[in-house]
Amino acid sequence: MTAETQEKPKSYLAQLIDTGAHQRLLAFASLIILLVGFSIVSPNFMQTSNMIAILQATSVNGVLAIAATLVIITGGIDLSVGTLMTFTSVTAGVVLTKAGMPLPLGVISAVAMGAFCGLCSGFFVAKMKIPPFIATLGMMLILKGLSLVVSGTRPIYFSDTPGFDQISRGSLIGEIIPSVPIPNGVLILFIVAIVASYILGRTVLGRYCFALGSNEEAVRLSGVNTDRWKMAIYALAGAICGIAGILIASRLNSAQPALGLGYELEAIAAVVIGGTSLSGGRGTILGTLIGALIMAVLTNGLRVLSVAQEWQTVVTGAIIILAVYADMARRRKT
Amino acid sequence: MNTIVEMTGIEKRFPGVHALKNVQFDLREGEVHALMGENGAGKSTLMKILSGIYKRDGGALRINGDPADPNSPREAQDLGIGIIHQELSLMNDLTAAQNIFIGREPRRSFGRLDEAALNQGAADIFATMNLNLDPRAIVGSLTIAKQQMIEIAKALSYRSKVLVMDEPTAALNEAEIAELFVIIRQLKAEGVGIIYISHKMDELKRIADRVTIMRDGEYVGTFEAADTPISTVISLMVGREVTEKPLHVPDTSGAEVALEVTGLTRGRDIQDVSFSVKKGEILGFAGLMGAGRTEVARAIFGADPRDSGEIRVHGHLCHIKTPSDAVAAGIGYLSEDRKHFGVAVGMDVRANIAMASLRRFTSRIGVLQERMMREVSVKYINRLGIRTPSDQQEVRLLSGGNQQKVVIAKWLLRDCDILFFDEPTRGIDVGAKSEIYKLLEDLAQQGRAIIVISSELPEVMRLSHRIAVMCEGRLTGILPGGATTTQEEIMQLATQRHAVMAPTGAVQ
Repeated sequence: MTAETQEKPKSYLAQLIDTGAHQRLLAFASLIILLVGFSIVSPNFMQTSNMIAILQATSVNGVLAIAATLVIITGGIDLSVGTLMTFTSVTAGVVLTKAGMPLPLGVISAVAMGAFCGLCSGFFVAKMKIPPFIATLGMMLILKGLSLVVSGTRPIYFSDTPGFDQISRGSLIGEIIPSVPIPNGVLILFIVAIVASYILGRTVLGRYCFALGSNEEAVRLSGVNTDRWKMAIYALAGAICGIAGILIASRLNSAQPALGLGYELEAIAAVVIGGTSLSGGRGTILGTLIGALIMAVLTNGLRVLSVAQEWQTVVTGAIIILAVYADMARRRKT
Repeated sequence: MNTIVEMTGIEKRFPGVHALKNVQFDLREGEVHALMGENGAGKSTLMKILSGIYKRDGGALRINGDPADPNSPREAQDLGIGIIHQELSLMNDLTAAQNIFIGREPRRSFGRLDEAALNQGAADIFATMNLNLDPRAIVGSLTIAKQQMIEIAKALSYRSKVLVMDEPTAALNEAEIAELFVIIRQLKAEGVGIIYISHKMDELKRIADRVTIMRDGEYVGTFEAADTPISTVISLMVGREVTEKPLHVPDTSGAEVALEVTGLTRGRDIQDVSFSVKKGEILGFAGLMGAGRTEVARAIFGADPRDSGEIRVHGHLCHIKTPSDAVAAGIGYLSEDRKHFGVAVGMDVRANIAMASLRRFTSRIGVLQERMMREVSVKYINRLGIRTPSDQQEVRLLSGGNQQKVVIAKWLLRDCDILFFDEPTRGIDVGAKSEIYKLLEDLAQQGRAIIVISSELPEVMRLSHRIAVMCEGRLTGILPGGATTTQEEIMQLATQRHAVMAPTGAVQ
């Protein structure tokens, strides 16, 4: 054996960088810098109430971003997460207020509808071979339209469903430890994140997520039914959008059929900032969570500093470009 | 010896093509059976039928004497047939063990993975192969040779009795090929039958027991590898006698130096490399994979930065920082990876030929002159003998050899008189190879300076007027071309490690 064929043993640090953890470290460091920076310039920023407001603002986008992460790791993209969220909240609205079903059924119907719509997207992508961008773009518009049709273009209010607003706004943790009144919405976000992380890292479904994004043809030639698994992943992402639908409906105590467009871009932005590769095969839920937090901290911090809303959007866009640039620069080096 | 695989009268039609016509093939236990033929002869199609990827239109397939009809890769695997594809089918972001057990991960309840069992299973297979590899290594970070070993391990994990290897050595260096052959012999001894597809003739003698030759989708014949001369195999493959005329080294002592490189250095990849090429000369670069030959070419071409070194073109010092500087100085670089860096496969021949010289075909207000482009591309199609139905054929539909000619046409049109050819015949079949060789010789004769980088020693020796040999980023010597230099001399320089510093051989 000559030197050419020998592998140089890599340091633990180098391995970390290889697995994309570098981008996560970078994102995490940015988050800390933002937090420290804002709390220096504004004393109001670090107050518990404001921190909780940031977390609450992260919850919906965070859950949607987790759904988007699953699909992006397979090498696809899901543009329908925003309007799917809306459609599931409208679904819950119809089931709870118009049909008068009990609350748990409303939640289940939203999640099931999400899974079904995700399955449809998955079918378009896997069986009909429509590129994910187009398939989910179509789905995005279909769901936007359906939300308006089903709701009769009017918001559905949950005033007659006691406890519905508590799903997101109540605080189980606050009841146990009154000094940290973390709202349930945030708790749900973290539970979704932990479950999604586990699925990605420890289950067959998660394994195929990465495998499909890495080399789909190779997976197919290994005798795996790639179409079925891909549909399952889109369906799972859809179900998670259903959870987001419940969260936002509960927070607003109403299903707003006109809402939803634009949420998919914020979700994808969080995924990208968190270091998940848009070409598939690599990504983590933790990174996405950090990405979503960065966006919420930025929006909140700039608002505390009374920066105009328009400029907040400009800054968010710049951050996305910077984050991806940092990722590209790292990859060129290795 | 028992016959494991028996294929008779195999037929396969694709729209417009009769890909396989009454083809037969058989494989015995514990033999290496080479399957030879030019690109498009039908080897891969036949193997895809065997491994359940394609469905045959006619004929019979028997495995261990029983009729078999695998309809998917999975069913073929269940029959004990494993295939290692030419383009490695691995998932680069996954670990070695995860790749091997894709689709049959050890599971616990609720679809949870048993990662420990997974890694142990991979480690066990590696142990039987005497392979020292961490099951948890990310595949994308391993060398091509190691990735190849993982493919083999994956095939073995299905308890394959038949292993199809489609050009397994295409991307391996000499030492890695030796390693692969050790494993192949070990598998043979265990009774595994191996179908071996390769374009490298010398491997036939080294590893194969029998050889079956195919041409244009037809079965030509099956022979004992040991007592069939290579020249017979080649002529059966191409259907005509290919005569190798001895290399004529022209006297270039009076010619002007076209390119002179001194002290080229970049980190550990390139260490103080100096050489020159004269007009009309072909300089070959030999060395093992990773010796730094491609790196040298890319550094000169401005595709990668360099720490130091001077480049003189026709005696003038050139400050090349980007590929466009290099092209302006008349240097062209034809990449080893045609599909990625050479041609735009989705565009037509005309667009590809004109690609680097578009300014010449543009009117004053920036509109492309298609008529001019057509005339010029037709001229080059005729001059280089590019086989294409028209200049508007998409390049992806051409054979490898003709794609390469399109790239050459592109650089000739750009007026480059110093041309780097990086693995010019990779993936090109025997018949087209000699055409490319002829073309390179013509280009040199017309006064261009040609630099050929090749991992195939016979190719370097067949073409080069002088042979530069590299090892671990250093130029270890420059040998004269022609019959006086032997493969052994080149290999000695190519493996000359750092301890022995003094360059041997005739440095001109």
